[in-house]
Amino acid sequence: MRSIDSVPMRAPLMVALAAVVAAAGLRAGSVAAQQAPPAPPSRFVVVLDAAHGGDDPGGRLTGGLQEKAFTLALSVRLRSLLAARGIQVVTTRESDSTVDPNRRADIANHANAQACLSLHATESGSGVHLYASSLASAEPTRFAAFKTAQAAWVTRSLALAGVVNSSLLRAGLSVSLGRTALLAVDSMTCPAVAVEIAPKSPPDRATGSPPLADLDDPDYQAQIAEALAAALLEWRTEAREP
Amino acid sequence: MIPRYQTILFIVLLVASVAMGGVLWHLRERAHQRLVAGQDSAPTQAPAVAPAEQATLVVANDDDNSLLRQAQSLPLPQDPGERARAILGRLLDLYAAPGSGHPVAGGANSVAQVFLLPVPAQNPEPGAESGNSNASSAMPGAGPKPAAPNPTDSVPSDTRPLLAVVNLTGAFAAGHPSGIETETLTVLSLCGTLHANLPRVTQVRFLVDGQTRATLAGHADLTRTYLATDDVAQP
Repeated sequence: MRSIDSVPMRAPLMVALAAVVAAAGLRAGSVAAQQAPPAPPSRFVVVLDAAHGGDDPGGRLTGGLQEKAFTLALSVRLRSLLAARGIQVVTTRESDSTVDPNRRADIANHANAQACLSLHATESGSGVHLYASSLASAEPTRFAAFKTAQAAWVTRSLALAGVVNSSLLRAGLSVSLGRTALLAVDSMTCPAVAVEIAPKSPPDRATGSPPLADLDDPDYQAQIAEALAAALLEWRTEAREP
Repeated sequence: MIPRYQTILFIVLLVASVAMGGVLWHLRERAHQRLVAGQDSAPTQAPAVAPAEQATLVVANDDDNSLLRQAQSLPLPQDPGERARAILGRLLDLYAAPGSGHPVAGGANSVAQVFLLPVPAQNPEPGAESGNSNASSAMPGAGPKPAAPNPTDSVPSDTRPLLAVVNLTGAFAAGHPSGIETETLTVLSLCGTLHANLPRVTQVRFLVDGQTRATLAGHADLTRTYLATDDVAQP
């Protein structure tokens, strides 16, 4: 009786034990399987900050175009290009809304981005103006002042500016590099560059003739967006290299 | 019968009235021409009460994003603050002139005052934002504040570094073209020009109509203290 009764009792126990062992083995196997191949690609996020917006129209451009509209259009176009290349994009605004400079930096900082581009436009000068923060480079600290948080990232920002500069030059655009003080950029904790788009060539002040390609030229806009997307792809490749 | 002398008097008065009318018309035309000519924003001439001296202007150019030194001769007052204002005024006159490489309206009257103060004890980091320091509190008229001993107290007063507080007019800021490059060039050229002529000026802050302002025209941060060094004036 005892042996007969004990057989059905032991069978489920053995099955359960076998299941636990098998599960443990599978788990161990899966861990090993995860460790075997190279590390999965790290998350690469780009923040696009379309400057101005809402109550802040920014500068007035050719044909009554406002800077806030131009930067938003460029941001949308660039976001599409980057998304098509598998890059995750976070934008500071998607519509004609007012966004405080501190809020822009807040969005960028929470995104843990590998690149932050602040997009601007102007009628002054020509080509594309690239600006990194003029803050002095500083060692990263656990707690940093919000208004100078970019100081720990200045070196990386200058490297990013160099990559963007190369890409724009390859696209046949004239580029100027500089450093400046911008409220939003100075608070960002990511490699950050302000990209200011100007007409392709300066107007001839003597004759008053218009510039070669103006800001409302779709081809010019597309050329810049493609060059910026290529730069960010290159930056992603550099970021993944050991 | 009208007496002869009254007829002559009447004719004389009539001729005098016509002549005065003609003179008035002529003066009106001259005043009109003067007003029309004034719309050219001709640079304001500094009062020639002081001897002309050489000044170095750090002139911006939007076309190549450059800052170049340029020597100018102009009458300069002896007071350092007024001297700085006169030099900056000449620089802004260049920008307001037709055909300028860095067109900015306003001219010499855009600089309301320049105050020169000893650099505060709590120096900002090079290139760093000045934190919560309020430049307006350091303007003349604000009472002295108890402060930590200044490390520069032991330095002779004629060699101490100075902070220049440049008070710009609201009209200048409102009329300034918007853009990172143009605003940055304006700020850097003002800082560079101050340092080139007053080497003791090592820091510069900007006010607009006596108040702190977030940006010049939407971009360049005016809340920070700018360092005026020789590097600033480099192209």
